[in-house]
Amino acid sequence: MRHSKLGSVALAGALALALASCSGGGADGGASDEPDAPAESLTMLIGSSGEAETTAVQAAADAWAAESGVDVEVIAASDLNQELAQGFAGDSAPDVFYMGWDQFQTYASDGFLEPYAMDLENAGEFYPALVDTFSYEGEFICAPKDFSTLGLVINTQLWADAGLTEADIPTDWESLQSAAETLTSGDVVGLSMGAEYARLGVFMEQAGGGLMDGDTVTASSPENVEALEYVQGLLEAGTLKWPADLGAGWGGEAFGNGSAAMVIEGPWIRGALENDFPDVEFEVVELPAGPAGPGTFTFSNCWGIPEGQETADTAQELVAFLTSDEQQLEFAEAFGVIPSTESAAATYAETYPENAAFVAGADYAVSPVAFSGAADVVGEFNNAITTLQGADAQAVLDQVQSQLEAAHQASQG
Amino acid sequence: MAAVSTSTAPAPRSRRGSARGGEATAGWLFTLPAILIIGVFLIAPIALALWVSFTDWNGRNSPLFNDNVEVVGLENYAAITTDQSLTRELFGRSIRNTVFYVLLVVPLQTALALFLAVQVNRRMLKAKSFFRTAFYFPSVTSSIAITGVFLFLFGATGVVNRILGALSINGPNWFADPRGTIHVLLGRLGVEGPPPGWAEPGFLGVSAWEWIAGPSVAMCVLIILAVFTTSGTFMLLFLAGLQNIGAEVGEAAVMDGAGPIRTFFSVTLPMLKPTLFTVLTLGLIGTWQVFDQIYLTRGTPAAPTLTSPAYLAFNQAFEDNEPGIAAAIAFVLFLIIIAMTLIQRWVLGERDADGMGRRPRRRDRRRLGRVADAEVHAPGPTGAGGHL
Repeated sequence: MRHSKLGSVALAGALALALASCSGGGADGGASDEPDAPAESLTMLIGSSGEAETTAVQAAADAWAAESGVDVEVIAASDLNQELAQGFAGDSAPDVFYMGWDQFQTYASDGFLEPYAMDLENAGEFYPALVDTFSYEGEFICAPKDFSTLGLVINTQLWADAGLTEADIPTDWESLQSAAETLTSGDVVGLSMGAEYARLGVFMEQAGGGLMDGDTVTASSPENVEALEYVQGLLEAGTLKWPADLGAGWGGEAFGNGSAAMVIEGPWIRGALENDFPDVEFEVVELPAGPAGPGTFTFSNCWGIPEGQETADTAQELVAFLTSDEQQLEFAEAFGVIPSTESAAATYAETYPENAAFVAGADYAVSPVAFSGAADVVGEFNNAITTLQGADAQAVLDQVQSQLEAAHQASQG
Repeated sequence: MAAVSTSTAPAPRSRRGSARGGEATAGWLFTLPAILIIGVFLIAPIALALWVSFTDWNGRNSPLFNDNVEVVGLENYAAITTDQSLTRELFGRSIRNTVFYVLLVVPLQTALALFLAVQVNRRMLKAKSFFRTAFYFPSVTSSIAITGVFLFLFGATGVVNRILGALSINGPNWFADPRGTIHVLLGRLGVEGPPPGWAEPGFLGVSAWEWIAGPSVAMCVLIILAVFTTSGTFMLLFLAGLQNIGAEVGEAAVMDGAGPIRTFFSVTLPMLKPTLFTVLTLGLIGTWQVFDQIYLTRGTPAAPTLTSPAYLAFNQAFEDNEPGIAAAIAFVLFLIIIAMTLIQRWVLGERDADGMGRRPRRRDRRRLGRVADAEVHAPGPTGAGGHL
């Protein structure tokens, strides 16, 4: 008995100590240590696509440091979401960080983000679709870093081999279907794209649908059914195959190894092809328009600044520097992203005509649905898309409708 | 033996209390570093996670002494068990996936480990250490690396399918195949869809038809992977157990006219029972907590048939920013593991009615006590030998 009593006392002591050290550690890591004057150093957490991006961001940060006298430490995260969440939980969030479009609403609704973007000098120069993406409850929160849209990537060799010419480049659903049919032969399938909402959703946009219309869930609308049935038609004709069915991990790989003649992908495919399949010749065109006109998705990161930090003002100056047209064009040159301001993007389209189609898409692009809690529903939709062939499109969308309504209600409540 | 020590213990304490007290202080002092480390890195995080599972903490700042954190009682637990929500269905599906994973991996890896241990323990076997190393090797390699290799091996046009193709078998697209194997078998028998009423959402929001889906084709690959990597470790445990069994026991069995199979099932296996218990317990815990393989295969088309509660907890915490629900999942998983271990302990003990389980031990102790009283050193009952 004596032992167990002593044991419990010791355990309680250790527990108290541990908890005390926990909360103490929390306070230490946070803003309380920072001086009241402008911050002397900033930490920046980025989700880097590779060496080129890390180096370019570090170079830009160094350039700003030389100007402002504030050191910036750039940390490339291996799992951005996780490291960010840990930073916030430990009250030691980085002073500036990449905030993905898919996580933005979640972070904004939990009040993690400093709303600073409308105070930027160039706040009016960003693409309206990007401003939309990074607004929460009507407030423009954080400045878009750059963006990508989806385009139709065509293997020019296979295109010519199939006897197709410049005039056959698909501009609507019918010509896409016929081009895919012509290109499908033997081991080559006409069209491929990831089996997910972030690709398939463009057809819903082109049909005039979409999962949400403002604050209303419209997943089961007739336009969306039309889009899904069009895709089902391509699947059943064998002119569209998912990358997994072609033995590839993603669309770019299926395209690179020549098993798909066309894929719907973003500008990142260029770097991937140069690295892994340098011999593949290709060209990028805008996505064909649907019955309701053109439509594509835009994906973007913004420069997030944690809410209520004393370094926020300094961090904001850094972001202003990083989102300036000159700096964005440097990033574009270093790792191929498209600048988020309309003027810089126009310069970019002139400098890199091969990517002009991606820039052109920005005029009508929308951001995929990503409010807090939508991720699980989109995940379910993605699962349904992998087995879309032979499924009942209306039933699939009805399920998305009810799940998305529940999630939207929960996010509002 | 235990009876003897408890009866004599109080005497010295009353006589030399101070000396014993000093010993106790020294003892605590020596264990203090370990207690502190365990307290800070194990007990405190567990206590904190339990606290988080009852709050609506959003992941910002400390969950303690924070005005924004409110206690929501069992709401997080309700979200994964009783609410009509997608989260519950995801949780139910992860349980379904893991149940099939555990049901297949634990018996297979235990049987294989035991088989390998018996083989490399043979006196006649040449190059013993080579085989031991070879069988143990997969356990040393990191699970991430092995999963990566398996992703290639079992790709649509991977090595496995090439080999199957050479044998004129059209292999499935392993990691892209979400079909449950029981569904596939039922399909062969002509049952294509769910029987009436089986498609309705059932326990944890998953329909009865989905509950009996069986491990998906993709999950089967992970099952093979787990058996391949862990049976080496457990082989080592069995090997240690086997080497504790003296040669004379085997000789006695031979003298009694038992053949090799009879010797194995009637002599070796019963004597390995403590090891078997360890292996099964470790296997159960390890399989219920499966995470690495699931995390690596999360992007594959069959991913929803691979999720495990551990992965779902990670996903809820870091992707959906729901640390409360994540902590609740972790504690439900904890309860499942405790329950499974207790059940398994009870099952293994039950079969033991003739001398090795817990209840008989008490009888032995009493008998031992009597023997000590009589100061007669008679040989103990056959079963007790294992415990001394």
